[in-house]
Amino acid sequence: MELTGAEIIVRFLQDEGVEYLFGYPGGAVLHIYDALYKQDKVRHVLVRHEQAAAHAADGYARSSGKPGVVLVTSGPGATNAVTGIATAYMDSIPMVVITGQVNSSLIGNDAFQEVDSVGITRPCVKHNFLVKDVNELANTLKKAFYIATTGRPGPVVVDVPKDVTGNKAKYVFPKKIAMRSYHPVVKGHPGQIKKAVQMMLAARRPLIYTGGGVILDDAAKPVTELTRMLGFPITNTSMGLGGYPGTDKQCLGMLGMHGNYEANMAVSHCDLLIAIGARFDDRVTGNIAKFAPKAKIVHVDIDPSSISKNVRVDVPIVGSVSNVVADMIAFVKESGAVPDRDALGKWWNQIDEWRGKECLKYDRTSALVKPQFVVEKLYEITKGDAFVTSDVGQHQMWTAQFYKFDKPRRWINSGGLGTMGFGMPAAMGVQFAHPKSTVVCVTGEGSIQMNIQELSTCMQHGLPIKVICLNNGMLGMVRQWQEFFYDKRYSHSYMESLPDFVKLAEAYGHIGMQIDKPADVEAALKEAFTKYKNRFVFMNFLTDKTENVYPMVPAGAGLDEMILI
Amino acid sequence: MRHIISILLENEAGALSRVAGLFTARGYNIESLTVAPTEDPSLSRMTLVTRGSDEIIEQITKQLNKLIDVVKVMDLTEGPHLEREMMLLKVRAQGGEQRDEYKRLTDIFRAHIIDVTDSTYTIELTGTGDKLDAFIQAIDPGHILETVRSGVSGIPRGEKSLRV
Repeated sequence: MELTGAEIIVRFLQDEGVEYLFGYPGGAVLHIYDALYKQDKVRHVLVRHEQAAAHAADGYARSSGKPGVVLVTSGPGATNAVTGIATAYMDSIPMVVITGQVNSSLIGNDAFQEVDSVGITRPCVKHNFLVKDVNELANTLKKAFYIATTGRPGPVVVDVPKDVTGNKAKYVFPKKIAMRSYHPVVKGHPGQIKKAVQMMLAARRPLIYTGGGVILDDAAKPVTELTRMLGFPITNTSMGLGGYPGTDKQCLGMLGMHGNYEANMAVSHCDLLIAIGARFDDRVTGNIAKFAPKAKIVHVDIDPSSISKNVRVDVPIVGSVSNVVADMIAFVKESGAVPDRDALGKWWNQIDEWRGKECLKYDRTSALVKPQFVVEKLYEITKGDAFVTSDVGQHQMWTAQFYKFDKPRRWINSGGLGTMGFGMPAAMGVQFAHPKSTVVCVTGEGSIQMNIQELSTCMQHGLPIKVICLNNGMLGMVRQWQEFFYDKRYSHSYMESLPDFVKLAEAYGHIGMQIDKPADVEAALKEAFTKYKNRFVFMNFLTDKTENVYPMVPAGAGLDEMILI
Repeated sequence: MRHIISILLENEAGALSRVAGLFTARGYNIESLTVAPTEDPSLSRMTLVTRGSDEIIEQITKQLNKLIDVVKVMDLTEGPHLEREMMLLKVRAQGGEQRDEYKRLTDIFRAHIIDVTDSTYTIELTGTGDKLDAFIQAIDPGHILETVRSGVSGIPRGEKSLRV
């Protein structure tokens, strides 16, 4: 039997096992929406802005490991989604975005709601397609899912002209797809892995540094096993938090611009740095010339172009993180050797001394609500087991510092692109993927307003997300830089004319709470997470306007040149 | 250093712009670029001349390999190879003396005159970029009406080949 292109898309999504489709209808995708209406297997989540559709799909993907799927219309539908697509691209998140396009005969005609979606998204997707023939549709969708989810994952856009969704073709679900130009590497080179293991066993001041690749490849288990087996210290990038238990004594926490003192000092003094699924981002390395100056570097990454891009490495290993680390464990066992205990003991003594600085201390006697305190209490009350999304800015760093993630896929933030407005829509996607789990969005009064319209989506779907708004009435991270580097000229970092967030939440049918005293923080959080467990709660914490994120590595400085409180 | 990079890519709409877009997005330079289908019409062969440090060239080849449409990449300058570029050049050729002069020059450079009018010659010349440059320099700039260069094409010598 022949199906229309629209029916093929919906049947394909069903056969591919897609549970949720985040989208927004419009002219070019009306056939597809009609086909969606006639079935109930794929659940469509109507957002209030296409950017949020992409972020929601992103949150779904990050928290579940399954690809997020988005459906938007042509023109503004596609352009609105671009920020969400670029966000997913920078953090290597598997996502398939179906964009409607004007009729094939009108392409290039400046037609109504026409935009060159393939052209606009090209630099921020792993790959994209324009489907010109309905007979190619199912295969193209299969390729899109295959490309998005394998190798280094990423978003793939499939642009489908309206006439293609109306034309008919025979549909067979393509179970497998072969592409001669795409063969992601899986296994690492055994010779290189052995060499790395020998260096690890011989190291006197080793440090493991892991990133988002560990989370994406579900490699937290083998990474934890390897780290414990060797007794090495480990530090995580923001994207990598939860890849190793954050509460474990071997964990030095996050490194980089706002990383822990002990982590950054360990990087600066180690003699072997074992980078696993991390990409030496500029926010991690600080001044590259001063980065890990005493270390030989082993780098495990699935993407060869990440290796030796920013930092020359001594032992490159291309392969999937889980496979390579499993091989490392096997080689360590096989060798029967153990690291030099004395050297490692001295190294740990040094690290403990750095730890003694207590770089995350803050004024606990303040009469004002300290944002760090809110995150600490949040951690306690959610028992460290919530899914936590964040927006971008100071609150993001405080959450990364003070919420200790023991499990992977719990910390959901826009690390690479740094997209304000990411947090709440991402939390929606997380909540759909984990309907019974506690989902929190830590945000600021600046970020939350970039996708505030999603309060409406949350109401429609009864999502019991808890928004923790650390409201200091300032674009805090901008203000912090202006204080340090622009002689306190606070150019446009105020958020004047803020809405009454409690009333706003209530207007959307949610619970709103406002907290302005440290003594009320704990009780308010308890109320939100127990009494209002099944409700969406917007918690507006009026926090200290002057608080800064410490430690901080200023631009151009090395990691060991941190500003401490 | 100058590198000649050969690329086999899917002969699909947009493949060329993915390569070109990669170079602009990452700030790599392109000195010349030539592309056409191969004996297998589903594949295109592109030859790209670029300059950069070893690190940059390494990134360029890695980033090219990462493009889904790219099937294979080879840096020709890593081994023995041949390079050729074709040029069409139209010169003012009026009066016996001038016409004789350009005929002689064409012979010396083993070029061909492929079109003649009563006031112009069109000359075809193939060779390395240096040879083409030398030819241009041998001609009075005031007489050059147009030049068209194909950009460099290259091929590895001997048994080494870039194929699927």
